[in-house]
Amino acid sequence: MALIQCVDLSFAYNGNTVLSDVNFSVQKGDYICIVGANGSGKSTLIKGILGLKKQSNGEIIFGDGLKSADVGYIPQQNAIQKNFPANVYEIVASGRLNKCGLRPFYNKQDKKIIDENLNLFGIENLKHKSFSELSGGQQQKVLLARALCSAEKLLILDEPASSLDPSAAADLYALLKKINDKSIAIIIVSHDLTNSFLNSKKVLHLENKQIFFGSVEDYIKSDTAQRFMRSVKNV
Amino acid sequence: MFEIFVEMFSYDFLVRAVIVGFLVSICASLLGVSLVLKRYSMIGDGLSHVGFGSLAIASALNLAPLAVSIPIVVFSAFILLRVSENSKIKGDASIALMSASALAIGVIVISMTKGLTIDVCNYLFGSILAMTPSDVYLSIVLSIAVIILFIIFYNKIFAVTFDENFARAVGIKAGMYNSLIALLTALTISLGMRMMGALLISSLIIFPSLTAMRLCKTFKSVIICSTIISAVCFFIGVVISYLYAVPTGASIVCVNIIMLLIFCLADLLRRREK
Ligand SMILES: Nc1ncnc2c1ncn2[C@@H]1O[C@H](COP(=O)(O)OP(=O)(O)OP(=O)(O)O)[C@@H](O)[C@H]1O
Ligand SMILES: [Mg+2]
Repeated sequence: MALIQCVDLSFAYNGNTVLSDVNFSVQKGDYICIVGANGSGKSTLIKGILGLKKQSNGEIIFGDGLKSADVGYIPQQNAIQKNFPANVYEIVASGRLNKCGLRPFYNKQDKKIIDENLNLFGIENLKHKSFSELSGGQQQKVLLARALCSAEKLLILDEPASSLDPSAAADLYALLKKINDKSIAIIIVSHDLTNSFLNSKKVLHLENKQIFFGSVEDYIKSDTAQRFMRSVKNV
Repeated sequence: MFEIFVEMFSYDFLVRAVIVGFLVSICASLLGVSLVLKRYSMIGDGLSHVGFGSLAIASALNLAPLAVSIPIVVFSAFILLRVSENSKIKGDASIALMSASALAIGVIVISMTKGLTIDVCNYLFGSILAMTPSDVYLSIVLSIAVIILFIIFYNKIFAVTFDENFARAVGIKAGMYNSLIALLTALTISLGMRMMGALLISSLIIFPSLTAMRLCKTFKSVIICSTIISAVCFFIGVVISYLYAVPTGASIVCVNIIMLLIFCLADLLRRREK
């Protein structure tokens, strides 16, 4: 059974449909890259899957015992206000809360995983720093670490590499590969086609509707891909 | 100085009032951090006016004040929360609407029944002597409950304050915790407004957290610091109010203003040093 199955899904804002005819599924251990031009509905689809936006039509079926507590998420724009008083540790730890259930505080196991994820992104030395005093790229790493704390079966990333320098981006893709090898499924929205196609197994191409879903090899051979990649290169 | 304390605490009613005020100050400062950061601080102001209206109704009907005001204020808090979440209606405008309506109803009820008496003045500006013993016990129990609930849900409250969308996406029941914050706020305001008055209670929510945020940069330290600031300002305010016979609420607010200025100054100095 698939982790997530989308059937005839569409989304609308104020009655204007911005995305329709989405039919795809996410299997255990999948690595799906979502591509498409600006405004093609990628973030909207992700919000739909996460339950942050209600679909106007169709169905999202969760299978394989997937609960929202097994999911990690990085939004495209962090809506976090400037000068919010919080340090890196508090934020990364909050990713672990969905595992706590009714337990009010973090236990040893939680703390171990929080520390592991801080180490993974090389931000353990920033642990006590205030979030608002970090650079954009450092903030992104903190949010990645938080997402990883909560991702047990599925990690969803909306343009995670956009504020990372090339080497940090390469590190991120390597890391995603490692995570994926632990059979955590990954859905990533990205404009960095080279890196994404190198790592991901499947591609979902949106152009306000689904125009391709399949393996990376098939996608690269297809006409849509040729056209899309040409248009991206021209920019 | 010491003799003043001994003298003050020889009055039973004063001791009770100080205990309630102390607990309510702590509740208000705890919730204040979350409300200010969520940009919900006006909700506190709106609710205090609703509290005024319900106290007026309670006194017109000769009912126990808290028994009337708590349910009404809690109910209004949930409505305001729903309205603020619904982006179609402007949140701040609806709070202003509710404030004005409640105030108007309160004034009409009072003038029709008893006329504008000392009661009204007490409702608006607070009086430390306004509480009956049964009010006092109820207040103590409820404010301790607020503090305990806040501590139990502290981490979740942090998560929904910091990034509600993330919390929602990974399966934390953000709606439930927002309602919890609204409920606790409503309780705190109903309890605190007897002492602070409808016009001043929201300052108890806003000032300590703003003051703490000048110097503290982590959520936990802001919470702890604002609790201490709130309690200290309360004590100083009460003593001043006792010594100079000024309304308690107003003197507590003034102490809070001075504290905020001191912290702003300290922040400025610290920045210059860096
Ligand atoms: N909150 C909103 N209200 C109204 N329309 C919206 C809203 N959010 C997105 N849209 C519209 O929905 C469409 C899809 O937006 P979406 O954010 O999903 O695009 P995207 O594929 O993620 O683009 P990008 O690559 O720029 O991130 C756009 O046409 C956008 O104008
Ligand atoms: Mg997007």
